[in-house]
Amino acid sequence: MTSNLNLWLIPSLPLAGAAINGFFGKKSSRTAVTTVGLVFPGAAFAWALVVALRFSSLDLPYQEYVAHWIRSGSFSADFALYLDQLSLVMLLVVTGVGFLIHIYSVGYMWDDPSYYRFFAYLNLFMFFMLTLILANNYLLMFIGWEGVGLASYLLIGFWFAKDSAASAGKKAFIVNRIGDFGFLIGLFLLIQHFGSLNFTQVFAQVQPMTAETGSAGLLTAIGILLMVGACGKSAQIPLYVWLPDAMEGPTPVSALIHAATMVTAGVYMVSRSHVIFDRAPMALMVVAVIGTLTALFAATIGIAQTDIKKVLAYSTVSQLGYMFMACGVGAFSAGIFHLMTHAFFKGLLFLAAGSVIHAVGGEQDMRKMGGLRSYIPWTFLTMGIATLAIAGIPPFAGFWSKDEILWQAYSSDHGSWVFWLIGVITAFLTSFYMFRLLFMTFFGDYRESQVDAHGHAHATHGHDERGHGEPHESPMIMLVPLMILAVLSIVGGLVGIGNRFENFLAPVFGSGQVAETAGEVASRGTELLLMGISVTVAILGFLLAYILYISKPYLPQKIADALNGFYTAVLNKYYVDELYAKLFVKPLVDGSTSILWQGVDRKVIDDTVNNTADAARHVSDEVRHMQSGNLRSYAGWIAAGSAVVIAYMIWMGVR
Amino acid sequence: MSTDSWSPYILTFVTFAPLVGALLLVFFPRRDRDVRIFALVFSLLTFLLSLHLPVHFHRPQAGFQYEIDRQWISTPNIHYHMAMDGISLWLVVLTTFLTPLCVLISWKSVHDRVKEFFILLLIMETALIGVFTSLDLFLFYFFWEATLIPMALLIGVFGHERKVYAAVKFFMYTMIASVFMLAAILWLYAHTGSFDFVVIRDQIARGAVPNFPAAAQWLFLGFFLAFAVKVPLFPFHTWLPDAHVEAPTAGSVLLAGVLLKMGTYGMLRFNLGLFPEQARQNAPWIVTLALIGIIYGALVAMVQPNMKKLVAYSSVSHLGFCTLGIFALVVNGLMLWLTSSLSEALGLDFHVSGFWAAFWGALVVSIVSTLLSMLVADSSRRELPSL
Repeated sequence: MTSNLNLWLIPSLPLAGAAINGFFGKKSSRTAVTTVGLVFPGAAFAWALVVALRFSSLDLPYQEYVAHWIRSGSFSADFALYLDQLSLVMLLVVTGVGFLIHIYSVGYMWDDPSYYRFFAYLNLFMFFMLTLILANNYLLMFIGWEGVGLASYLLIGFWFAKDSAASAGKKAFIVNRIGDFGFLIGLFLLIQHFGSLNFTQVFAQVQPMTAETGSAGLLTAIGILLMVGACGKSAQIPLYVWLPDAMEGPTPVSALIHAATMVTAGVYMVSRSHVIFDRAPMALMVVAVIGTLTALFAATIGIAQTDIKKVLAYSTVSQLGYMFMACGVGAFSAGIFHLMTHAFFKGLLFLAAGSVIHAVGGEQDMRKMGGLRSYIPWTFLTMGIATLAIAGIPPFAGFWSKDEILWQAYSSDHGSWVFWLIGVITAFLTSFYMFRLLFMTFFGDYRESQVDAHGHAHATHGHDERGHGEPHESPMIMLVPLMILAVLSIVGGLVGIGNRFENFLAPVFGSGQVAETAGEVASRGTELLLMGISVTVAILGFLLAYILYISKPYLPQKIADALNGFYTAVLNKYYVDELYAKLFVKPLVDGSTSILWQGVDRKVIDDTVNNTADAARHVSDEVRHMQSGNLRSYAGWIAAGSAVVIAYMIWMGVR
Repeated sequence: MSTDSWSPYILTFVTFAPLVGALLLVFFPRRDRDVRIFALVFSLLTFLLSLHLPVHFHRPQAGFQYEIDRQWISTPNIHYHMAMDGISLWLVVLTTFLTPLCVLISWKSVHDRVKEFFILLLIMETALIGVFTSLDLFLFYFFWEATLIPMALLIGVFGHERKVYAAVKFFMYTMIASVFMLAAILWLYAHTGSFDFVVIRDQIARGAVPNFPAAAQWLFLGFFLAFAVKVPLFPFHTWLPDAHVEAPTAGSVLLAGVLLKMGTYGMLRFNLGLFPEQARQNAPWIVTLALIGIIYGALVAMVQPNMKKLVAYSSVSHLGFCTLGIFALVVNGLMLWLTSSLSEALGLDFHVSGFWAAFWGALVVSIVSTLLSMLVADSSRRELPSL
């Protein structure tokens, strides 16, 4: 046994921060709130670094018992933590990126009247997220899973006075609960068949089971149900609809929760359960298909959005699709690799977008931006780096991880050229919409005042009254995190060279997919060819965006007109929200209101109750008249009663 | 064994301390402010007193503790028999914990008849604790019905627009259902000569009760109906939304927090305790009703424009889970009943009372209920009826 790491400190520190700011923040000064809000997650990050430094000397997986929790019948689950290579990667990403975003938030949220509340929620989120990734059993993981959902709900609806924000929060929560339903049933199945939710115990029992090739069995069912949960949390088809709406939250929230960390929880969960998925090829297939379709589908929506954050939101959905594609072809480490690089560049993109929004006084419509690169050069530089990274231009981070996924999608045992092809098309679209975003925002002329001249703009009401002058660069406290993330977006992919990242994770995921020994050399040529293709499409995407938005800016409108019906469908996100509203929301609400509540509850049950009561009163009312006080009528009743009794006795006697 | 000298009397003290407070309140303070402080002090004293119970509760020991058994009336043979096991322990503490909160919630919101309000609240507390601690069926029935009077008055006098309708509906509905339980209790007395829970349970288990097999199903249903209405199990739930909406907030808190748990407690103690065989036979349809209630309650709650009605229907849904847990007839299910009863009680109360911000409320509830479930897990494991 190795020495005690005190791993419990890592989630507890942000919890303490949340408690202090939540209970006392209202009355304390902004400086005090800032100190508390930064020191605690910062300390968690520092401790995570200490853990990382001592990592090589540990017996893995390292487990730490914190507290006794549930012992009921034969079932037990404790507060206990689990650390292996996978959770270490997650731990560093979450605490590191999380801490940077906390710093950034100081600048971004400084003027908000509920400054303390923001930090209390953000720290609370960190606590739950860290619980999620450090849990040693599914139940504790589920607590974290639900907790991040709660934090997400609170932060999306942070400006709850705004109707759209409040309902976006509710939507996120409810859609996530639908996914959780699948997750829970998967957990119930685990309890039923393995009697435990403990990772080590479950996986030890799953390990000797044979793969369910050909027929679907228990593991397939569990895998698919877990994937349903992942679909909710990680915004995959068909449950992705909440994520774009979640952009109602403050931008740091979008960066931290809805891009870098929480939405990747599904990927983490699926990877954590890889022992189950490895033995359920059909479940893997489901994961791969969902991921691939989502990647493509969300990317097509992304190209027509005009809200800078919405573009990034659909881009996130699409990139998460890549991660699931990787998991689905059995390349879990590639998925986790992309999860990490994505946390860097997508976090950066959102933070930079926040800086843009900050610069132009709250505007999010890209049609009202343009030419910003001379006003906010640092933001432009960092966002440009992130764009290169996500577009997959070497040697930026996204190139390495995306290329790894595409290669695995093509070459892995579970892969297929179809996944690869769709992945490449998506890569092209990704590059296109990201450069479109970059060009619309930073190139050309600043269009703030001319927007109404363009026919296709919303009928917005001139400027809001925030009275900003020229676009201005953000303060240092916001720029420093941008720069750090930019550096990470450049070099973050280098850890993947020579399969180093994969080899690091190999003890977790097994050596199955790393064993490309003999085929490795032969396929080297193919790998390079595919790499060339994906770089080419990325450049093509860039060129197309350049033509459409820089050299011939009148073209997009023409294309949109030419593709009238299709364009409208894309612009309206394929009407999926409307479809869900018609198919599920309305029938449920109407049915519950008119059939269950007004019908069954009021008309059937309650009226039965009230009518019984009324009937009883009426009968009593009638019977009351017998007691009239009239002696003769009493005598009559007595005579009648006696007659009945005598008649009865005679009848009985005769028999 | 709990060896401290208080042991036989502590339950009596805890049960009747609020009643003593209520009686003193009749005579002593006059000004509204003093009444409030007095009520708070007494409810807090009761709470502190009740903390004796978990502290001295002897966990490894199965069966009843803090037992007191004295003759109350010789003919019929009624005893003052009180005791507690791991199941009732936390329900009592829950009651004593919530009452001071109710006093605080009502601090500013009750202006008229302040004295009467707090007297009723304290009487209510005694009746509720009595339900969870009495082991003599007659005594139990006495407390059971005694909860009705203060609650109906709290709703009927201190409620809102349709208060009289709601109070009468609550009173009549639950009272009529309870009459069937009374009939079952009387049958049991007639055939066993005792009102004592333990005596009756043992006689039934030995098969020593004449005519029992023929009557068992009816007895089971008699008890069950009373409890099902109190729970309330679908479709006996329509009194609850009315009562919740009309009740003053403190009333809602006790209603959702404790009163409904009387129903599930009764099912566990009497339906399962006395009639395990019938419980097994009847489980399928009871579980079906519980399942319907869970989904139905949730769907109806979802479309309520009125916050308190929403809470009421969500109670229908949650208590469906509790009933499900009991009639799943496995140890884990009973654990679920107990922990979800407690956490639901706390959760709902924070919703109802609204004096916690939603977030901290949720956090506190989750922490508290987690802690409770840890404690409960230990103490109740050995107390569950063998199935």
